[in-house]
Amino acid sequence: MWENLSGYLNYWLAAVLLLIGLYGMLGRPNLVKKLMAMNILQVAAILFFIALAEKTGATPPIEVKGLHDVNAYVNPLPHALMLTAIVVGVSTTGVALALLIRIHRHFGTLEEPEILERMRL
Amino acid sequence: MTAHLPVLIVVLPLAASVIVPLLALVSVKAAFAVALLALAAAGVASCTALSHVLAHGVLRYELGGWAPPWGIEYVLDPLSGGVSALITLVAVCVAVYAGPQASGGLAGRNGMFHGLYLLLVAGLLGIVLTGDMFNLYVFLEISSLAAYALLASGGIRGTVATFRYLIVGTIAATFYLLGTGYLYALTGTLNMADMAVRLSAVADARAYGVAVVLVVIGLAIKAALFPLHGWLPDAYTYAPAPVTGFIAAVMAKVSAYALFRVLYFVTPAEGASAQALMLLGWVSLIAVLAGSILAMAQHDIRRMLAYSSVGQMGYIVLGFALGTPAALIGALLHLFGHAVMKGCLFLVVGGIRWRTGIYRISDYAGMGRRMPLTMAAFVVAALAMIGLPPTLGFFSKWYLLSGAVEAGAWLFVAALVLSSLLGIVYFFRVFEFAYLKTPEAGRGTPPRQDLPLHMLAPILVLTAAVLVVGLLNQQVVGGIIRHALPGALVP
Repeated sequence: MWENLSGYLNYWLAAVLLLIGLYGMLGRPNLVKKLMAMNILQVAAILFFIALAEKTGATPPIEVKGLHDVNAYVNPLPHALMLTAIVVGVSTTGVALALLIRIHRHFGTLEEPEILERMRL
Repeated sequence: MTAHLPVLIVVLPLAASVIVPLLALVSVKAAFAVALLALAAAGVASCTALSHVLAHGVLRYELGGWAPPWGIEYVLDPLSGGVSALITLVAVCVAVYAGPQASGGLAGRNGMFHGLYLLLVAGLLGIVLTGDMFNLYVFLEISSLAAYALLASGGIRGTVATFRYLIVGTIAATFYLLGTGYLYALTGTLNMADMAVRLSAVADARAYGVAVVLVVIGLAIKAALFPLHGWLPDAYTYAPAPVTGFIAAVMAKVSAYALFRVLYFVTPAEGASAQALMLLGWVSLIAVLAGSILAMAQHDIRRMLAYSSVGQMGYIVLGFALGTPAALIGALLHLFGHAVMKGCLFLVVGGIRWRTGIYRISDYAGMGRRMPLTMAAFVVAALAMIGLPPTLGFFSKWYLLSGAVEAGAWLFVAALVLSSLLGIVYFFRVFEFAYLKTPEAGRGTPPRQDLPLHMLAPILVLTAAVLVVGLLNQQVVGGIIRHALPGALVP
């Protein structure tokens, strides 16, 4: 049990963050909290990819003179992918914040039940 | 030149999406001309590439000169070529419909519509043409971000609906990303063709099952498959007419295409993907019926069409799930047909709302005399949705039905027939109001007021496509769709 937990700690962390994010996005009534939970969800995916790249005892993927062993470097590809995913996350957050500003200007609140209540009127 | 076509199809609208908003500061008309030109050029490129591919085989383009599997490659085969031709056809029609001022109830500054619209088209074309799993994620998000901005421009209800769509859409994209991560961990590659070869060796791993589940759920949310469709009705209902017209026509279809691409071209036929397809079959069986029943219960015509879309996505996925050649042909034909039909219907309904402010079915009384040409287009497209010969809708359902019979799936046959009958119910309700009822006495007969030509022409082009492709269905199936099936299944 302990070995399972400590050997895969990164992945467990990613899984926990994923669930926190999903809970926040679906279960919290406040729209800003939903957005923050969305960021947590994206961080979970990013952490997952970065954990994939990791190798025990390996150095960052910048060539060290005379070191040609592949296993001496961590896998740089997931890092590159996640750089893109971070950009995507930032853009999504930006668009979401713009939407939230409009919603707040109109309703004066960001609590979903209140907004739904007022839209029904 | 032909060698560069796969990337040109994506780059033309992408480059124009940057130029157009800037150009709009100087001249709105020039910006519109550039937008239209870019879309038309992408359309011509798609059609040229498609005919080239059908004659000479698949076109592959190495982005930046990096050979796959290390670099990103764009693959133009009959499937992706056909879908990209469909996207550009609808895109040009909707751009003309929107016009330089982006009419149809659109808020926001001049030029912003066309800039975002081009970005959306580029994103969708990228999803279709890329041969790389991660690149697909990036394009999925590019198209989604553009779609959020466009959908939100229809007023405050649209903004609230869009925020919910953004939340759900991000969950979908993150699921797809995680699934891709698992696949990458298993195979060490992101290139679809390379991954297809390597996956058969690791198909027993538990991680492979998890990967398939994540990818399928992610794409099913984006495709608005029944229990995951919650974001769709509100988002479609409150968006401006040209936006709904385009997004309802192609966006969910592209996700269905991605589902087909992954399940039939990347993952091995046995094992997890077969189980996923079986589950998708049952889910889409419910989707077909639930979508039609929910559509019957609506009073707002836009909402009715939105729920009908949920049902129609069920048809397409049902075809994928059955997996026999006839069913797959039916699914792909329906993918094409529903895009054209539903695009046409939403453009009509949006146009009517823009012109008269009417969107409740009960207010449609006398609409047949008030806007004869516009309503005639609605009738043709609606009859195609029901599946009356000789429209395209009949033939796609015919192939789906014969596929279901071939597979011996009688429950699916029953669901397909029943849902078509329900379609008759909810569309004839609109016909009844538009043609048989007269507006309340005392108001007088409103004058004839068909939509202006630039809005009517695209509607009529799409209507014609429903009929022409329906009549030429044998040529389309034999000439294009048959070649788009995965290798082992070509009849």
